[in-house]
Amino acid sequence: MNALRHGYITAPVLGVLWLFVIATTVAVAMSFATGSAFRPSGTGSIFWGVLAGFACIRGKVWQPVAAAAVITVATLFGFGPIVIGVSVSSFSAFVGAAATAGFCALGLWMMLDDVVPGAINRHVFEASVIRFLTGFGYIFFTAIVLIPFYVMVLTSLKNQSELIQNPLDFSIEFSRGAELFRSYVELFSQFNFGTYLLNSFVISVLTVFITLLFAIPGAYAVARLRFRGRAAFSRSILLIYMVPMIVLALPIYIAFSMTGLRNSMIGIVMIYPVTTIPVALYMLQGYFRGLPGEVEEAGLMDGLNRLQVIWKITLPLSLPAMASVSLYVFMIAWNEFLLAFMLLDDPSKFTLTRGIASLNSSEIPRQHLMAGSVIATVPIMAIFLGLERFMTKGLTAGSVKG
Amino acid sequence: MTDAVPPKGTGPLARLEARLAWSLLAPTITAVALVVVLPLLAIFWISVKPVSLSDLRPPEMVLREDIRGDTDTAGDAANIRYRLRNSSQEQPIANVTFRDVIPEGLTVNELDTRCTLDGRSLECDLGDWEGGQRERLMIPVTVGQAFIDNGLRPQDSPADITGKSSNVLTNTTFTFDNFARVFDGDEFWEVLWVTLFYTVFGTIGALLFGLFAALLLNKSFRGQGILRGLYLFPYVSPVIAVAFAWIILFDPFSGSANALLVQMGVTQQSINFFGERPLALIMVTVFEVWRYFPLSFLFILARMQSIDTDMYEAADMDGASPFQQFWALSVPQLLGILSVLFLLRFIWTFNKFDDIFLLTGGNAGTRTLTVNVYEQAFAISNIGAGAAVAVVIFACLLLFSVFFFKFISREEGL
Repeated sequence: MNALRHGYITAPVLGVLWLFVIATTVAVAMSFATGSAFRPSGTGSIFWGVLAGFACIRGKVWQPVAAAAVITVATLFGFGPIVIGVSVSSFSAFVGAAATAGFCALGLWMMLDDVVPGAINRHVFEASVIRFLTGFGYIFFTAIVLIPFYVMVLTSLKNQSELIQNPLDFSIEFSRGAELFRSYVELFSQFNFGTYLLNSFVISVLTVFITLLFAIPGAYAVARLRFRGRAAFSRSILLIYMVPMIVLALPIYIAFSMTGLRNSMIGIVMIYPVTTIPVALYMLQGYFRGLPGEVEEAGLMDGLNRLQVIWKITLPLSLPAMASVSLYVFMIAWNEFLLAFMLLDDPSKFTLTRGIASLNSSEIPRQHLMAGSVIATVPIMAIFLGLERFMTKGLTAGSVKG
Repeated sequence: MTDAVPPKGTGPLARLEARLAWSLLAPTITAVALVVVLPLLAIFWISVKPVSLSDLRPPEMVLREDIRGDTDTAGDAANIRYRLRNSSQEQPIANVTFRDVIPEGLTVNELDTRCTLDGRSLECDLGDWEGGQRERLMIPVTVGQAFIDNGLRPQDSPADITGKSSNVLTNTTFTFDNFARVFDGDEFWEVLWVTLFYTVFGTIGALLFGLFAALLLNKSFRGQGILRGLYLFPYVSPVIAVAFAWIILFDPFSGSANALLVQMGVTQQSINFFGERPLALIMVTVFEVWRYFPLSFLFILARMQSIDTDMYEAADMDGASPFQQFWALSVPQLLGILSVLFLLRFIWTFNKFDDIFLLTGGNAGTRTLTVNVYEQAFAISNIGAGAAVAVVIFACLLLFSVFFFKFISREEGL
């Protein structure tokens, strides 16, 4: 390790690693954006990475700028850290080359801020390694999160033959206009997705209401009232989290088949809340415990009974927690797949997730499947982004069900 | 004078409070008992029953009636024909009887010995029926003018048929075949191994990635909120949507991932990510990590933000390097939440069904215990065997929950 802590070694090693990360990122990004051939080059990355590392050691600003310019030119001539195919337009080739060189130099300049030519101390060395890891982390996580969603959205806007011809070509032809959204129009006109959307919405909202109706009094009792077995009860709520759904789904399927509840919305609305009540109860009781008990006692002294206290004092005080719990329960119900898949056969009663599952056949083109996925994802994302504060709190507070 | 002593036992107020508490909890307890406890008990019952998917529809008598022969003029001779069969090929039906009303204007000439006629109402007692038995019962009649005028055929008044069949779910036939089948051969050990691999690596992977992501975002900068929201996307979006997006991304024929790998020269031939052993198992584990790292990330970040920064300043003054600070200060502080997350995620990953079911359907060596429940119960139509696998899962969970309560309940106040 000591040998590494030397400006002339740290800089080129980080330079090579960083340039390779950047080259791969740019190659993937450019391929996905244009569908043309970009690929990172190992030997190119090593050679130019060493050079860029030396150039970015603490010194004059012109050094990294010059290094970036040299790398850009070298890339355009075919000797750079990324190799650009022959058929690529000169504009996108330039963008790719410049982005690689620019981000490489910029990143290294920031990373090697304190690294001097010569021996460096442990602090400086570790700080630069951490900066490298941070940069890599941002790129890595953003890429792995975004790519599947990017593929989902753009696949839904293409058509089958285009997809098979070049699976990398995600460029959108805006000239097609409204034709781009053909899959969506077809899903709503021919595949009943309007009904599914409505069903999912109704079921999720009902689930939220029923869950709250059950969980609020229960949570209040566990949080505020003294009774024997309270501790055991609040613990065993957590145990219910641990029962796998598939184990319950089998007997529920049998019972519903025999009683004729299968294939009915009522059956689904009876089951969904029970899967969410324990989570909601656990989240709410945590919040209720944090509320000041004096306010409630004052209410009791003034002649309210317990139920009135809950309704008039506790609930208004815990509106933010209600919002978190409702959003979280809504999300669970909206995303639920297994029970809907097992219990619903009649297309007029499908929820969105069940509807998407029915699109998964070889006769239905893939862009329909992806369009359906987008339709299911967009509402929950919109809610999530709009109310992120509540949602995040809900996710953390509930110790959360997977 | 007597000393003041604190009251002993429960007073009337405390009793009132306890009663209120239980009545507030009653709806929840009832609902949970009906939908969680009852099915769990049912699983044990079903696991020792020879039940298949077709047994869910109990055997019943199927009856069709019509009239054969000329019925155009009064005085024609015709037959009322009853065609009966047992809907099940195996199971007998006992005490089969049916009732019907002979339409007006038809005079019965001759009666089967098992039937009686009272005015217009016909009643037949057909005894016990074997599985798959079918019979044709003919009743010769003479057509009268009233029948032709009314235009009412025999099939217009449906016959009423009853019979007793024993339901395999409620009778007393028990079998251990289900368990024998589940534990039979190498398949069980493979399933167990796959489950363990998936659970252990899925859990550890999600934790490590979550830790890494949390370290990245544990500082305030512009755009931190956006990135935090973005990193939660895999967890909040519907599993079916992201699973299909992955399938399409990694499609062996027209997937972008393969096209990318070929273009970059990593591979010459396209790779069938979800269809080859052992790659498919690795891929579903990666998917699990991808989908659930946000959860660990969120918890670890919340814990990190509550760590006192003074400590780090003091360490800085003492000359501790960033890595030393991480190992000596952050890791011990995070150990509690990490162990809670590990146990919870371990159990939930063990229980996971949807993800693998959607990605591979349990093929190509990715069949975990939970997928095996579905596979046995619905793909092979052997509900009893599915229930037996569920019992095995339940036993494993009991084992885990012992650990859970031993180690976890002390941590983090859960």
